[in-house]
Amino acid sequence: MAFDLANPQRFEKLAARLVPLLTIASGVTALFGLYMALFDSPADYQQGDSVRIMYVHVPAAWMALLCYSTMAIASAIGFIFKHPLADVAAKSAAPIGAAFTFLALVTGSLWGKPMWGTWWAWDARLTSVLILFFLYIGYIALWNAIDDKIRAARLAAIVCLVGFINIPIIKFSVDWWNSLHQPASVLRAGGPTIHGSMLTPLILMGAAYALGFAALLLVSMRGELAERRIARLEQAGRPPSKATVA
Amino acid sequence: MKKMLAIFERDIALAFRAGGGAINSVVFLALTVLIFALAVGPDRARLAASAAPILWTAATLAAMLSFDSIFQADFEDGSLDVLAEATESLGFVAVSKAAAHWVSALLPLILATPPLAVLLGLPAAAYFPLVISLAVATPALSLLGVLASALALSLRRASILMTILTAPLLTPAVIFGVAAANAGAENSPLFGPLLMLLAAFTLLFLIAMPLAAGAALRFNID
Repeated sequence: MAFDLANPQRFEKLAARLVPLLTIASGVTALFGLYMALFDSPADYQQGDSVRIMYVHVPAAWMALLCYSTMAIASAIGFIFKHPLADVAAKSAAPIGAAFTFLALVTGSLWGKPMWGTWWAWDARLTSVLILFFLYIGYIALWNAIDDKIRAARLAAIVCLVGFINIPIIKFSVDWWNSLHQPASVLRAGGPTIHGSMLTPLILMGAAYALGFAALLLVSMRGELAERRIARLEQAGRPPSKATVA
Repeated sequence: MKKMLAIFERDIALAFRAGGGAINSVVFLALTVLIFALAVGPDRARLAASAAPILWTAATLAAMLSFDSIFQADFEDGSLDVLAEATESLGFVAVSKAAAHWVSALLPLILATPPLAVLLGLPAAAYFPLVISLAVATPALSLLGVLASALALSLRRASILMTILTAPLLTPAVIFGVAAANAGAENSPLFGPLLMLLAAFTLLFLIAMPLAAGAALRFNID
């Protein structure tokens, strides 16, 4: 059960070099994307300027799914090959994914107020993103509830993968539930095609979010690895408790 | 197969002889219905309209509360280690455990539903669809419960965490279950297809959950 940190050390070197690059790339892309989104793209003929919320909202929703997929892939690798780095990646992706999901919910709510006249509609997409948010919370809570890192990683991986196969079913059931209960008039008749002038900033913002996610993930993984190393050193070098003197 | 049956019989005997388990969740169900009724108010029309959703909610909550006990006693007294040694796959243990849990904890809930529905003034045509929808969907809850309980073995303060982990996963059962109950009550042609969707959901859990639960048990025993 020994942690073989040899490989993580190589990861450490690579990550240290990648983080600044990714951060800069994300920042520059976001600058271009935001400029185009806020100034250089047309207002929607129905929604006016509030359509610009889309450029921060839609990429956040994409990231919510991308983070969960990353977690699921890392969990599967960690589960099958028992590689600690994969466990660390899955664990580190969760809070970032939860943050993006929360961002998607909040911006969706802010967008809903001018569009639908209400902060929250039980719209199919909002509802399934809300359920996704709770899946993230459960996953993070499970990690926090188990002290033994290896056991926590295995059990959390099971939860993550079970959640992953369930997401399409949840999505389907919520879509179905929504179409039954909610009059379609509340939903925007979303244009089937999006014009290029809006698509370019949207793609740019998506890229900025994805690069930012990669940078955050690496930073968070390095933090987790450092924390584990400290824990191991403390276990090896120091007496177990020194704070019990009254 | 023989071993699975033996585990099943043993669990059933334990659940009904020792008393408590099954009765407690029925009492919990009744109390939840009472609280709902008090909160909604004595207006019979409103209560009748929300009777199926209330009973479905109460049954789901009662089921979730019964999850963490599935493996706990076996884990503490060591019988789980013996089962792990004696059987080829812990997945099969999980299936028998789920079946025993359904019969001992959820079947009483389903049987208690009609009398409680009377209190809520459920229309006569709605009884059969409500009971059938619960009967088709609740095995999925037991299967999810086995996974939850297997995960919970190494956890502190497990029960609230179990709720957080299981509730999002069982949303499809609630959505299709209540929809089937309502469709049946309205004599809608959607009743059959919805039951089939529920059954598909249960069958999917029958494949996925014992596998996951078996793996979780393995990690928690070692």
